Amino acid sequence: MTLLFYLAASVAVISTVCVILQSNIVHALIYLILSLLAVAVVFYVLGAPFAAVLEAIVYAGAIMVLFLFVIMMLNLGQHSRDQERAWLQPKMWLAPAIMAAILLFQFVNVMLGTTEPLSGSAVGVLEVSALLFGPYVLAVELASILLLAGLVAAYHLAKK
Amino acid sequence: MLTLEVGTPLTIGLILGTVIGVAAMLIWVERRLLGFWQERLGPNRVGPLGLFQVVADMIKIFTKEDWVPPFADRFSFVLAPAIIMVAVLMSFAVIPFGPNIGIVDSNIGILFVLAMASLGAYSVMLGGLSSDNKYALLGSLRAAAQMVSYEVFMGISLLGVVALSGSFNLRVIVEAQQDGMWYVLPQFIGFVIFLIAGVAESHRLPFDIPEAEQEICAGYHTEYSGMKFGMFFVGEYLGLVLISSLITVLFFGGWDGPAFLPPVFWFAMKAGAFICFFILLRAAIPRPRYDQLMSYGWLFLLPLSLINLLVTGAIILSTQG
Repeated sequence: MTLLFYLAASVAVISTVCVILQSNIVHALIYLILSLLAVAVVFYVLGAPFAAVLEAIVYAGAIMVLFLFVIMMLNLGQHSRDQERAWLQPKMWLAPAIMAAILLFQFVNVMLGTTEPLSGSAVGVLEVSALLFGPYVLAVELASILLLAGLVAAYHLAKK
Repeated sequence: MLTLEVGTPLTIGLILGTVIGVAAMLIWVERRLLGFWQERLGPNRVGPLGLFQVVADMIKIFTKEDWVPPFADRFSFVLAPAIIMVAVLMSFAVIPFGPNIGIVDSNIGILFVLAMASLGAYSVMLGGLSSDNKYALLGSLRAAAQMVSYEVFMGISLLGVVALSGSFNLRVIVEAQQDGMWYVLPQFIGFVIFLIAGVAESHRLPFDIPEAEQEICAGYHTEYSGMKFGMFFVGEYLGLVLISSLITVLFFGGWDGPAFLPPVFWFAMKAGAFICFFILLRAAIPRPRYDQLMSYGWLFLLPLSLINLLVTGAIILSTQG
């Protein structure tokens, strides 16, 4: 299982790097889907099957489909590819690299402090649901009302 | 190692071989059955009853020129047909074919199938987008909207079954039906919605709007040839087998049946009956218009599936007290 974890994690990291480096937007999107699926495998290995499958359904299966749907409408060609390439000049990397280095430093710092083993206890569908509809029921209801409001607003804007 | 238990290499190999073999045979079965219903013969020349038509088709499809158009986006063009095969075949991993036949008993079985179904949408979308062809693009736009919409009702229509059995595990669902009644009776509305959504998900006729040949050539696979087209083709039949197996498992008691025949046989009988029903649908019902399909889904199927879920939940709560 540990081997599977490191395999999935490295796939996630490498494909995320590929998302940034790709100048073809459709290829970048395919790498992003691959990265999300790899993260789903990481969730599964860490003992959260429900979170894993939701990651695959919601992020990889629904949100990315909408991204691809929009890209289909946009008629992106060689022009956008050249623009992307122009944005990937070396001097553009300076500020993101500094910020990423700070994050990496904090991450290493936290990882060195913890001594807990890799996999905790598994959390199945029933446990997650019991929490969502037990102590957190108010938050779930509020989130669903927010989503409903967003849906109505989007419908109104589209009608205009 | 070589025993017929859940998850042994022998079982996995047998399931994989059977599923792909059945999907390939369906090419012939469909044409013969359509011929029967339309009072003509269908392919009956190659071998007894035309049985070797599949072999002839396979030889043709394997030896045809495998052409990638120079204007196409090569990476996604090659990737697209592989996605549908992988996504559909992965879904078979969680289906229990018999008491001791299956690949894995997962507690997230139904959710896994839904996840794979939504990944299958990328196949038609990428295929159409990478072809750089206006008919293909139109086809994949239609496919994207159709599949994303019908996934929603497909998921909601299954929740009644999940609530009744109390599990996402497909094997537990079958066992729950053996104790009580088949879920087609208490969940009849859910069954009908799942059936319709299943046809739309596998974009079979009458919901083959993404590839409607009278309107948009062949839709998303206009530019495909050879084995890449073959993978789309067989992927569609695999989707048909998958939907039939799912209906059998979720609503018709899976391998449940009188004991004089082995359980796997009952499973195959039920799934086969649904496959024939889907082929009959193709022969019987004309294709709706694209906007009719969408408004039918969102304005009729969505409220119906929500009401079905609500009533099911209320009845379960009131009987449990």
